[in-house]
Amino acid sequence: MSSCHRDSVESNLLPNPSIAPPRPAHDRPIIVAIVGPPNSGKSTLFNRLTGLRQKVANFPGVTVEHRMGKAKLKDQHEVFLVDLPGVYSLHPRAEDEQVTHDVLKGERPDFPKPDAVILILDATNLGRHLVLAAPILSLGLPILILLNMADDLAARGGKVDVSALAAELNCPVTLISATKGIGIESIQQFLLGTAVRLNAPPPRIELPVLQDVPKCRQWAAKLGIRASYKAPAPPLWTRRLDAIFLHPVAGPLIFLTIVIAVFQSIFSWAQPIMNGVQHFILGSGLWMKSVLPDTPWRSLLIDGVWSGVGSVVVFLPQILLLFLFIGILEDSGYLARAALIADRTMAKIGLQGKSFIPLLSAYACAVPAIMATRVIENKRDRTATIMIAPLMTCSARLPVYTLVIAAFVPNIPVLGHFLSLPAATMLSLYVLGFLAAITIARVLRSTVLRSGRSSFMLEMPPYRWPTWQSLALRLIDRARVFLRRAGTVIFSVAVVLWVLAHLPIHNGKTPPIEHSYAGMVGKTIEPAIKPLGFNWKIGIGLITSLAAREVIVGTLGTIYGIEGDEPSEGLQQAVHHDLSPAGAVALLIFFAFAMQCFSTLAVVKRETGGWKWPIFQFSYMLALAYCGSWVAFHLTNYFLG
Amino acid sequence: MGRTKRAAKRVSGSAPLTLADLRSGQRCVLDRLDVPEDTARRLMELGFLPGNEVIPARRAPGGGARVFRVDGSEVALRNDTAKHIHVRRDPESDLVVLP
Repeated sequence: MSSCHRDSVESNLLPNPSIAPPRPAHDRPIIVAIVGPPNSGKSTLFNRLTGLRQKVANFPGVTVEHRMGKAKLKDQHEVFLVDLPGVYSLHPRAEDEQVTHDVLKGERPDFPKPDAVILILDATNLGRHLVLAAPILSLGLPILILLNMADDLAARGGKVDVSALAAELNCPVTLISATKGIGIESIQQFLLGTAVRLNAPPPRIELPVLQDVPKCRQWAAKLGIRASYKAPAPPLWTRRLDAIFLHPVAGPLIFLTIVIAVFQSIFSWAQPIMNGVQHFILGSGLWMKSVLPDTPWRSLLIDGVWSGVGSVVVFLPQILLLFLFIGILEDSGYLARAALIADRTMAKIGLQGKSFIPLLSAYACAVPAIMATRVIENKRDRTATIMIAPLMTCSARLPVYTLVIAAFVPNIPVLGHFLSLPAATMLSLYVLGFLAAITIARVLRSTVLRSGRSSFMLEMPPYRWPTWQSLALRLIDRARVFLRRAGTVIFSVAVVLWVLAHLPIHNGKTPPIEHSYAGMVGKTIEPAIKPLGFNWKIGIGLITSLAAREVIVGTLGTIYGIEGDEPSEGLQQAVHHDLSPAGAVALLIFFAFAMQCFSTLAVVKRETGGWKWPIFQFSYMLALAYCGSWVAFHLTNYFLG
Repeated sequence: MGRTKRAAKRVSGSAPLTLADLRSGQRCVLDRLDVPEDTARRLMELGFLPGNEVIPARRAPGGGARVFRVDGSEVALRNDTAKHIHVRRDPESDLVVLP
């Protein structure tokens, strides 16, 4: 697959094995940037080259995420790869393009200038993708150009003369298939040789005026002709599938079926796994209790940490399942069609099709959803989507809903066997969150975030089979983020609460919860929450759940000091003592609307670049929650007599 | 922008002038982009360059947006963007191809 037949390039590509390559002048590892347009297979290549030796990182101060990884090379060489955001040009306009531009030009103080660049282009759409080669070549860095999807190109009858293209561009060019792993060894050779090439002067070729898109496109077209590029036949399968997925009647039906199936499966399929995890946590807690001596430390470890963190880890299967579905939809190319179908409906609430993807993810967790809003170029659209994303019923609300519903809602059928009252209550809470979100979106778009109808431009990538590797890496990445959160935020809250609930020590004994520091805090805020039907114990839960919603379950568990092997049932009974039915409804409404999640606020601050929006979001959601539960409390009281 | 739109309306009737006026599969050649510079640049990067051939393809179910085949890829645009993209019918390849 080696394509560089020019001797000078070839000798550069293959370092002489008998001579150790000279170390670079600076004493840091070699960094190679991977650049390419969206849908060029950049991430698949990155995954293939680095495998598990990668991590997602953020450039400080901007919203743009990049991934760093160590390349698997045969030698002792260590080459770091950085996967930059997909761009069509280096014209710094959108934030991700700005970052790609700055990193490649060495203008970011927090990131070293890459030593070489791997430019990955879609071989099946070479004419348009080659346009990006002009600004990348102008950087003057050692460069390897990869023409990805070689298998697709050949299958659809396309052709390109890579050696002619390499000669034109004066740099190595290789046909690869990142999904099938074809041509990967030439990339490894390039990476092995980067140290050698650092000292070589970069090749100079004639480039078009970079600001002029038509000129660049003409330059790319000319290159294509000289490289005897034959564009492949149109992707037949994509057209056939689009005839179904974008069919006026079948399309929306399939869309709805997929959305419902995703929901159904994250609730029904994840349940057995979640039960398993729950049993494991309970069982191991009991086991620890039996083997450890009865000291305050045992209580801290088991009642504080183990049950606090455990109550959150239970949700990992559900979150991973949702991300698996989103990954499959995204990698297969369907998500672009879903955005197209959703665009009309989203336009009605003042948003656009691209907002659909983040809002769907927000049903799992608002944090990745808010990061996923980066696909929306329009700043106001993006801010509006970020503002409403936490109103979608995220999985952290589930434990709270489950506890309160199980404690207060009798299990009687509503629609025969099809729908019971608890399930209907749960469903209406989902609908409530969604309705609140679209109402707020409309309000925001006609007030603070007012702007003309935004444009919606979305490339429809050909349908492709998702690769297991990409899906697996995605899930591992999500699991890491989630567990890190459980291990830090939720762990700290559990410990702090346990300590506050056991102090001040009086005559060598821990005080009853009512007189502990935690109890005092609860008592202090009691007047404010009394109108909603909550007492001081619920108050403590509301405060701890500011860190993360699900924490209230663990907190109430700690407060009631419930022990034994069936804590959830015990907790349900205990909650009954402290909440009237009206208070329970108010609590559900409070959790549906309130912004109780540090991680979300932190990510909103990062993504919107300041405190203004997270403070606004926290305030409006708190106001909504307070008013909503006040109304709910009084209405329920009125109807229940 | 408003004036050019009115001007376009005046001469319409003889030939479709914007992307929004075309039937599915009706080939045309892109003439000029009557949109803000930022949008124009993005459109050009996506392949909507003056002189390029554009074929309108499938509409989104329910309307509102539509997929266009341009420069080797398919790009969805809303109608209100499409109606600011001026085109001319290509007399040599004025064929209707199936979507």
